[in-house]
Amino acid sequence: MDFTEEQINRYSRHILLPEVGGKGQKKIAKAKVLLVGAGGLGSPAALYLAAAGVGRIGLIDSDVVDLTNLQRQILHHTPDVGRPKVLSGKEKIQALNPDVTVSTYEERLTAGNALKIFEEYDVVIDGVDNFTAKFLINDACFFTGKPLVHGGILRFDGRVTTIVPKQSACYRCVFKAPPPPGLVASCQEAGVIGVLAGIIGTIQATEALKLILGIGRPLTNRLLDFDARKTQFREIKVRRNPDCALCGEHPTITELFEDGDPYAGCAVRP
Amino acid sequence: MQVKINGKIEDVASGTLLDLLKSKQIEPQMVAVEVNDKVVDRDRLATTPVSEGDQIEFLFYMGGGR
Repeated sequence: MDFTEEQINRYSRHILLPEVGGKGQKKIAKAKVLLVGAGGLGSPAALYLAAAGVGRIGLIDSDVVDLTNLQRQILHHTPDVGRPKVLSGKEKIQALNPDVTVSTYEERLTAGNALKIFEEYDVVIDGVDNFTAKFLINDACFFTGKPLVHGGILRFDGRVTTIVPKQSACYRCVFKAPPPPGLVASCQEAGVIGVLAGIIGTIQATEALKLILGIGRPLTNRLLDFDARKTQFREIKVRRNPDCALCGEHPTITELFEDGDPYAGCAVRP
Repeated sequence: MQVKINGKIEDVASGTLLDLLKSKQIEPQMVAVEVNDKVVDRDRLATTPVSEGDQIEFLFYMGGGR
């Protein structure tokens, strides 16, 4: 595959980087990244990955754009209210960069469809809001061997970590299972400062590009927590848990399932 | 005794991890607890003593993303 003169211009600031170059830009052009959730985290991730020239971006989301989304979901604009997010997202990505192929899945991620969809991609980005889906994504990445860039945002706090299955700590190594539904606040109740989606989603896109390029040091075995009130990042070391029910020495989870109540909500901090 | 909790040095009474959670009014089901970079099983919170110099992390679930 050769770049046209226009493409060489478009990606020139990448190609200038010794760590990327023409070779790296070709890797990006061949890469396939799946965004689970075309919302707060998925929005900046989709836009930056599109701008970077990722060959194929997959968008999974069953929702339509709601007015309350626009405070942070920058992939969607005011006239998109009421339209499917995957459709709105696809249009923005292709307007930004027609080199990108967008595959849309206007459905919920389930134990039934996850493996088949994940198989087609190189990297998966978690941009979902509920714990059932976060665990499902973690497990599906384990079973398909796909690297995962996990993210979460709540109120003024955000978290991001990269998981390379069987090599680094997975979500279940640290958080075994979703919290009990009674203790969880709904996303609508919890609130979130909109720009946090931009900060965390953009770090997720950075991690995805590093994985594609095979450069730098991935955010594995580390949780990167961000506190927007203090503008402070904190890194928490984690490690693979030999007792992990998924990737430990004696796994008890041997197939995909939907853990917990997907409608229980998304929040936590007391 | 002095320990580090979520990166901050604190003076805490001797006791178990569960005692520490209770003193901070944190529901154990809401956090993953890590001591010196290692996750402590929830079943073992009541039997794991806090030791001088421990680096303790109370990791809250962070679910949002939409």
